[in-house]
Amino acid sequence: MFSVLTDNWPLFRDGFWLTIRLFVVSGVLSLVLGTILGAFRVSPVPALRGVGTGYVNVLRNTPLTLVFAFLFFGAAKMHLSLPNPYWTAVGALTIYTSAFICEVVRSGVNTISPGQSEAARAVGMSFFQVLTIVVLPQAFRAIIPPLMSVLIALLKNTTIAAGFSVAEAGAIPAAMSERGENQLLTLMWITIGFLILIVPLIFLQRWAERRTAVA
Amino acid sequence: MSSVLYETPGPRAKLRNRISNIIVLVVLAGVIAWLIHRMYIYGQFEGRLWRQFQYSSIQRQLFDGLLNTLKAAGLAAVLAMLFGAVFAAARISDRKWLRTPATLIVELFRAIPLLILMFYFYFGNIQFNLGLGPFWAVVFGLTLYNGSVLAEIFRAGIAAVPKGQREAAYAMGLRKNQVVRLVLLPQAISAMLPAIVSQLVVLLKDTALGFIITYGELLYVAKQMGGRLTYGFPYIPTYIVTAVIYIGLCSLLSLLAKYLEGRSRRRRKVTGAPPPSAAEAATSAEAPL
Repeated sequence: MFSVLTDNWPLFRDGFWLTIRLFVVSGVLSLVLGTILGAFRVSPVPALRGVGTGYVNVLRNTPLTLVFAFLFFGAAKMHLSLPNPYWTAVGALTIYTSAFICEVVRSGVNTISPGQSEAARAVGMSFFQVLTIVVLPQAFRAIIPPLMSVLIALLKNTTIAAGFSVAEAGAIPAAMSERGENQLLTLMWITIGFLILIVPLIFLQRWAERRTAVA
Repeated sequence: MSSVLYETPGPRAKLRNRISNIIVLVVLAGVIAWLIHRMYIYGQFEGRLWRQFQYSSIQRQLFDGLLNTLKAAGLAAVLAMLFGAVFAAARISDRKWLRTPATLIVELFRAIPLLILMFYFYFGNIQFNLGLGPFWAVVFGLTLYNGSVLAEIFRAGIAAVPKGQREAAYAMGLRKNQVVRLVLLPQAISAMLPAIVSQLVVLLKDTALGFIITYGELLYVAKQMGGRLTYGFPYIPTYIVTAVIYIGLCSLLSLLAKYLEGRSRRRRKVTGAPPPSAAEAATSAEAPL
């Protein structure tokens, strides 16, 4: 049982290391892009709101695998492909995940009643002060728990890159299949690997939910 | 329009917004024009790339792919509902030996990547020669994952019914079975419906994972069609068509979810039925990805 893991340790190590890199890099990029899109959706400019809404509606209703397939096979036809499979996978994950982060940010901002900022403006705060002292600290509370869910889903979604020749953890079974190893044991170790990565995130999420639950 | 972030615009802000609006539209038009130009110079509008969609054999192929997608999604949806109902029932049971394992299983399947779940059935089938095709790997994978999420939705929905309802029912001498079946479920279901439907959208989208384990669903067919030399590798046209199909299907379901949400909110206002708070908080925190 352990020999499956120990004999193929480099394969597992490299696979999970790539998974973690995919997760962290596309997580950070999605946070940036998602927040920008979220800002679009709550902006006073109708065209910006339209761009944000359109982006979210298209991406949320498209399977991530299709986004991957388009970036891997379609973009090359327009000579727009990203430099290598790793960055293409990061691109697909970022494009998809930022639509969900955008929604989290938007609904987080919308949970605050306008009275809050009206009161803040009434005491003479500037836009920037209203945003940083009144709105964001409260929105943060509504944003953190669902944001953690999105990030957990992102970590699980990195496995899709395996279908597009990126050698992350999801691609281990195919490689092990060529080596003629026991597949179920391989999958069991991969599952354990993912649980090790995900369970702390879940606990972090529950903790954040409890901390921010004070209404 | 006033919002949390800005006040109702005055004359100067209105002018500023109008100018920004025009700038954004110009930039947007520029980006779209650039993409179309890019497609044009690399010959993506050539007739032979698009001609294939006129042929009935190609249309049938696409249709078969769509049918396979819907078959897997439909069967998995039914099985996932059953799975969810059984495990939700086990999770609210009074017996600890039923509750604990059910909770563990639900939490476990929600934490494992769906593709890995499908791999278990896909590679298990190869290793033990079970005679289960990739279709069943897709269906079982989807069932376990979405069933677990649905179990959580059901449980949260039932837990969100105000506790006075339960207490009153018990006070009348109903058994637990009757309390859940006659009092809690009928009230919980209307609050849960939107969440259930949006989970079904997720399920439909996730059938596309079948592409990776060679199940002949829509995306798999699209890849084959895109790889045809005769039509000049029409990847972009086929993916555009596929995306339109997926977006159309999912949007229809999303619209249904929105309609149900609106309806249950209206009903609640009229009859003063249970507030949705806990159920919606639990399910909206579960971002459907």
